[in-house]
Amino acid sequence: MGADTAEVAIRVTGVSKLFGDAEQPVRALDDVSLAIRDNEFFTLLGPSGCGKTTLLRLIAGFDHPTSGSIELHGTDISHLPPYKRSVNTVFQNYALFPHMSVEQNIGFGLEMLGKPREEIEHTVDAMLRLVRMQELRDRRTDQISGGQQQRVALARALAPHPQVLLLDEPLSALDYKLRKEMQIELKRLQHETGITFIFVTHDQEEALTMSERVAVMNAGRVLQVGPPHEIYDRPIERFVADFIGDTNFLGARVQGRNGAAATLRLGCGLELEADLPPELAGASEVTVAVRPEQVTLAPAGEASLKGRLENIVYFGTDTHYHLSLPGGERFTARVQNTRGRRELFAPGSEVGIVIGAGVVQVLRD
Amino acid sequence: MAEAGAFSIKRLPGFTAVAVTCFVLLYAPIVTLVTYSFNSGTSIAVWEGFSWRWYVAAWHNELVQDAALRSLVVASVASAAATVLATMAALGTTRTRPYRGLTAIYAMINQPLMVPEIVTGVALLIFFALIKTASGYHGLAYLIVAHTAFCIPFAYLPIRARLEGMDSSLETAASDLYATPWLAFRRVTLPLMRPGILAGAMLAFVISLDDVVITELVKSAGQDTLPTYMLGQLRRVITPEMNAISTVLLAISVALVTVIFMISRKKT
Amino acid sequence: MQQAEVRRNVMLSVPALVVLAFAASGPLLIMLVYSFLGAGDYGGVVWHASLEGWQKVFLHRDIFDDTLSLADAHLSIFWRSLSLSFMTTVLALLFGFPTAYFIATRPPRSRNVWLFLITIPFWTNLLIRTFAIMEVIRNQGILNTLLVELGVIVEPIQILYTDVAIMLGMTYVYLPLMILPLYAALEKLDFRLVEAGYDLYATRARVLWRIIVPLVKPGIVAGCILVFIPALGAYVTPRVLGGGKNMMLGNLIELQFGQGHNWPLGAALSITLLVIVMVALLVYVRTVQRGSEHG
Repeated sequence: MGADTAEVAIRVTGVSKLFGDAEQPVRALDDVSLAIRDNEFFTLLGPSGCGKTTLLRLIAGFDHPTSGSIELHGTDISHLPPYKRSVNTVFQNYALFPHMSVEQNIGFGLEMLGKPREEIEHTVDAMLRLVRMQELRDRRTDQISGGQQQRVALARALAPHPQVLLLDEPLSALDYKLRKEMQIELKRLQHETGITFIFVTHDQEEALTMSERVAVMNAGRVLQVGPPHEIYDRPIERFVADFIGDTNFLGARVQGRNGAAATLRLGCGLELEADLPPELAGASEVTVAVRPEQVTLAPAGEASLKGRLENIVYFGTDTHYHLSLPGGERFTARVQNTRGRRELFAPGSEVGIVIGAGVVQVLRD
Repeated sequence: MAEAGAFSIKRLPGFTAVAVTCFVLLYAPIVTLVTYSFNSGTSIAVWEGFSWRWYVAAWHNELVQDAALRSLVVASVASAAATVLATMAALGTTRTRPYRGLTAIYAMINQPLMVPEIVTGVALLIFFALIKTASGYHGLAYLIVAHTAFCIPFAYLPIRARLEGMDSSLETAASDLYATPWLAFRRVTLPLMRPGILAGAMLAFVISLDDVVITELVKSAGQDTLPTYMLGQLRRVITPEMNAISTVLLAISVALVTVIFMISRKKT
Repeated sequence: MQQAEVRRNVMLSVPALVVLAFAASGPLLIMLVYSFLGAGDYGGVVWHASLEGWQKVFLHRDIFDDTLSLADAHLSIFWRSLSLSFMTTVLALLFGFPTAYFIATRPPRSRNVWLFLITIPFWTNLLIRTFAIMEVIRNQGILNTLLVELGVIVEPIQILYTDVAIMLGMTYVYLPLMILPLYAALEKLDFRLVEAGYDLYATRARVLWRIIVPLVKPGIVAGCILVFIPALGAYVTPRVLGGGKNMMLGNLIELQFGQGHNWPLGAALSITLLVIVMVALLVYVRTVQRGSEHG
């Protein structure tokens, strides 16, 4: 998936994971394939139960795939125990050792690897400086705050300088402000260390702001992989369009074809051109996604598509206009509030909707 | 219906009185017993003055020395052995997915708690008699093995409780940080289990020290422990020496139980 | 991989199980066999099959005319064991319930202290506690002296070496076993339900009987079983407080291995006791299961 000009750190090939008994297996992962690049900040995004944590655990080694393989820089690690993989995890509940100090926690991995004492001390010092926890090095881990515990967990996982760092929803327990700070911190750490970060979250805003590439998952499958803007602007499937940001879904009929492009007639009467994905080459009816902020509203006479304005909701940064289209479909438009802008439209009146070229995305399903 | 003072929903008439009476009645006999161990006279009921004579007498009594030593040896060995066995058993039966036989193992480990001591004691009497005639061995091993067996569930329960409360993600984290299963056990699991193991060992020690019935039935002639010595003495004229020995045993039990209590309350 | 893990877990338990099989469970089976053997003249057994042991549990063969009749001596001992255990349980409940309630309604910080005070007697030597009670109830003991001083009685009552003494002793010794499970249940009681009761015009007695008691029933059952079963198999307390005359089942059993010289009978009696205890345990487990089913 994607041109591999950089080296691939983790290659997941056809991995499936089944739980439960033979009669009623639960498919936690269904034929998942990914190529995560070296020195990349890669995010697995999806709702609870989509399989992202399962995949993470397979990469870490806490479980093994039912079928398929996982490679680390070319070596098959699918069935290696966790203590034989150069992969470390930052756990969601931190899993700090309560009977050891901050210092001892951070040095644990290096100790297990049999590194000499001076090297351990040196690295622990560097890690403490990296996460800015020098004063707390002797504290017991149950005596520090949640945010501090999180940083210790991070330092502990980074200290052995693994090839890949896995982060399992590490920011979910933090309050909003701390979370924002840690997001910036994590990006900085990834740049400084050059280690491949694989980040798991259900928060799409987090995924979009932090990642170089995002894999959107649902029900054990990877739906789309790509950089954040591509996922947002060009969702391939309905779920992706729905899960990330707000979307308007409109039905359309294929009127004519011209190579990859097709002329579509929307249910509301508007005709426009859009690219058809190859899987739908023979389809006659498709679903189309339009982002609310990518349309403009105009007085009724100035646009080919008109809708009736049902409701206006003011949001501070922007205003949402809830419209109903000819044909019955509902449509939401979002207009950014600029100072001094007067409200041109009244509820109940007819409003023109301008949908530009390239704003419409045909969905695969 | 106006009542003087606030209506307490928790107050039930007479309950506090009964409860306090209960506490008094629970401790009164023990307090009496301890008090009379310092009696300067020979009676256990008529107070004549304060004296340490009975403690001195017990200390010099050869039979008491012999019984005390045997009690300590048996209790130490049995509790140590029981703790090791119980620790292993706890590791094998806790925090795992239920497997076939788990309930049976659990039942067997707790069996001494359910079977009356007289039944176990008599069964052991029979069994050991067979071995005694076959091997001619009449030593301390019978007592030690018997004590180890019934100490196992007492050591097992606190260890298991401690283990169950432990977060298994800690061992996963250790494994993630390159600790082999053995290292993870030694550096993470075992240190965290320590309070439970200590509590189990001390409990087993107290139980072994205090045992009467099984010891009485299993012992050979002349193999008294402190409790069986005292049981024998009860048939004769009782002097405050009994009180003195009892008080010492009480002190040991109370001290150990206090330590166990404090360990169990301090949660990591 | 799961198989290996299961095997490892079982292996970990094996050493403990071996010791238990050798010195706890295994001998029970041998005892079962012995109950079907003949009695040796001076103790021990004669290795030929016989039902005499079992027979002697319930029946008595007259020496002179060889007829079988009910073994009155044994039956009265059975009866004493059952009735004394039952009354001990009742007494323990009457004293234990208010005490457990008291502890459960103390402020949380002092609760641990009270619990500790209850636990201490529990872990001290059974023999010592029985001895302590003996000193209290004997003719020259505190109880009698007090009653005489107060003028309630003229001369000391003979309490020691009676059934009453045994009952008092057992209640004293097993009381903590009743209090602890009762406390566990009462501590979890949601007192808002009690508030609701008072709000709906119930008197204190009604609240106790119709709200509190039903809600802590599992604790009550647990406490009763925890007292009844050891009481049934008691040996030390009846021996010390009952003298030689008032035997309970435990003493009867031991007798067969001492002066009674009838090992098969002793074995049979032991098994009978074991069966009764197992039945009581089963009843308890069944009650607990049914309780948790109903929620």
